Amino acid sequence: MLIRYRGQEGMLAWAFHRISGVAIWVFVIFHIVDIFLSGANPSAYDTVLQIYASPIGRIGETLLGAALLYHALNGLRIIVMDFWPVFTRYHRQLWYLNWALFMIVGLPVAFVILKPIFAV
Amino acid sequence: MQVDLRILRYDPERDAGPHWVSYSVEAEPIDRVLDLLHRVKYKVDGSLTFRRSCGHGVCGSDAMLINGRNRLACKIRVEQLGRRRISVAPLPGLPVIKDLVVDMDGFFAKYRSVQPFLITAGPPPTRERRQSPEERARYDDTTKCILCAACTSSCPSFWAQPDYVGPAAIVQAHRFIFDSRDEGADERLEILADQDGVWRCRTIFNCTDACPRGIEVTRAILEVSAAIVERQA
Repeated sequence: MLIRYRGQEGMLAWAFHRISGVAIWVFVIFHIVDIFLSGANPSAYDTVLQIYASPIGRIGETLLGAALLYHALNGLRIIVMDFWPVFTRYHRQLWYLNWALFMIVGLPVAFVILKPIFAV
Repeated sequence: MQVDLRILRYDPERDAGPHWVSYSVEAEPIDRVLDLLHRVKYKVDGSLTFRRSCGHGVCGSDAMLINGRNRLACKIRVEQLGRRRISVAPLPGLPVIKDLVVDMDGFFAKYRSVQPFLITAGPPPTRERRQSPEERARYDDTTKCILCAACTSSCPSFWAQPDYVGPAAIVQAHRFIFDSRDEGADERLEILADQDGVWRCRTIFNCTDACPRGIEVTRAILEVSAAIVERQA
């Protein structure tokens, strides 16, 4: 039904929030393991850092940054509506504002993370 | 014009499961989906089963999933759907009895659970219970609910957790919690503070989008949530 029901902006906002939340959770699991390796097996930790610095790792970090940024911005949108229910009337506009902020903050950050891939 | 009307049909006495059946129906742009269903029932297949009563958006009997969204069949016109292929299915998340008829017993049990009636202490007054226009306006929006279940059955939280009391019951509770004449707010807020109460709302807004009466359902849910927090603070 999640796929069949044609929800609008509110449902999309929630779906992205869930997906980004699960993605962040998966990363946190990885992060606990890699930080554990720094003490338990430093050479394996160095290998993991090399993977993070590789082109695929940088694309992954960019996606992680996108997930964190979206989750944070949409979380603020929900908090605003929780504290001031009158803003539910403008939930679509708040979501579009989220995307504007997402682009303004996210694109420069993505550029910084991905730049080394294209460096000669 | 000809419309391709696809209906998700299910007869528990004959079918192994729900299946789509297509009907080519003659329709005018201003026809409502209910008119098309009547045309099929009266002229093509009399066994087609669906609920409808007033046929004018007041009784709330004919809520169904139309082109992927919950709507009243008697309020949505062919021209509003914008295409000649129309799909009609029973309300999602509720047990199907036959064709487009769903079992509403659980839905109404939740409605009754929030005590949707005036609760007062002491003897009734000799004259009417007075209320200012401002006090009446406080809960005006939620008086419009017709219990069609379009909101509750559009809610992903309800699909995932059928014990969730659901948007419609919370709207009914809101109508009395914020009524200045009512004295049962504490009881209702206690009921809705349960784990299957208001906290299952994820501010998805499907309920608000689906409401054929234009009730700001999500806002009502959040106002009840805020009232619970204020009461416990």
